[in-house]
Amino acid sequence: MKIQLRYFASIREDLGLAAEALETQALNVADLLTELRARGGAYATALAEGRPVRVAVNQVMARGNVPLNDGAEVGLFPPVTGG
Amino acid sequence: MASVRIQTEDFDVSAELARLRSDDLRVGAVCSFVGTVRDTRAITGAASDEIHAMELEHYPGMTEKAIEAMIDEAHRRFDFYDACVIHRIGLLRPADQIVFVAVTSAHRGESFKACEFLMDYLKTQAPFWKKEQTPQGAQWVDARVSDDAALARWGIDAGNA
Repeated sequence: MKIQLRYFASIREDLGLAAEALETQALNVADLLTELRARGGAYATALAEGRPVRVAVNQVMARGNVPLNDGAEVGLFPPVTGG
Repeated sequence: MASVRIQTEDFDVSAELARLRSDDLRVGAVCSFVGTVRDTRAITGAASDEIHAMELEHYPGMTEKAIEAMIDEAHRRFDFYDACVIHRIGLLRPADQIVFVAVTSAHRGESFKACEFLMDYLKTQAPFWKKEQTPQGAQWVDARVSDDAALARWGIDAGNA
C-alpha cells in the first residue's frame, strides 16, 4: 500500500525533507518506524530508538500499535512544544 | 460555537473577549490565559540565555483538529458555554503574545478549570514546535516533563514518556 509521510521540526531538518510518498508493507506505526530506521543514514539518526519520536496517523496522535491504511497520511515529529 | 485560529498576526485580547461573550446574557464568568515569549536572560541575567526571537512551526490541518478535539473533551468535563483558542505561528520576539485561551461560563469555577485544562492539553497534544534563536544559534525547544505531569492531573496520559 502507499502512504504519505510528513516530517516536522527537528525531524524535518535532520532528514532535509518535509514530505514523501512511501510504498510499504508496514501494518502499523511501530513496523513503519522499524522500516524507516532500516534505511540507515539520516533516517537511522533522526528516528533512532532512543529519541522521542511522535507519530500521527491521519492527523491523530498514534501509538505503535495503531494500524496503517492505504492512502494514510503519517506525520513524524518530536514531542510538541507549543503554548 | 468554539473558535480556533492559527495565525501569524497578533491578537487583541479585549476584542477577542468581547467577541467570545457576544452579549450572551447567560455568561457570568470569563476566564482567559495569554502566553507570551519570554527572554530567559531577563530571568537569569546570563548573556548566553538571551532569546532574540522564536520561530513557531505547526502541522497545518492536524493542529486545528487537535484543538477542536480538546475543546470537545473540555465540554464533556466542564460546564461552560464557549471557548476561543488562538495560537500564533511564524517569527515572534520577546514579549510578543503567542497563545490565547478564553472560556465563558455561568460561574467562575468551571471557566477557570476549563481554561487550565485547555492549556495543559494544548501544551502536550497540539502539534506546535518552538525554535529559539540564541547567541549559540537556533535551537529547538525540548518538551518539558512538567507539561506531561500537568496533563496527568486531569487523568490523561500525554504519551510523551
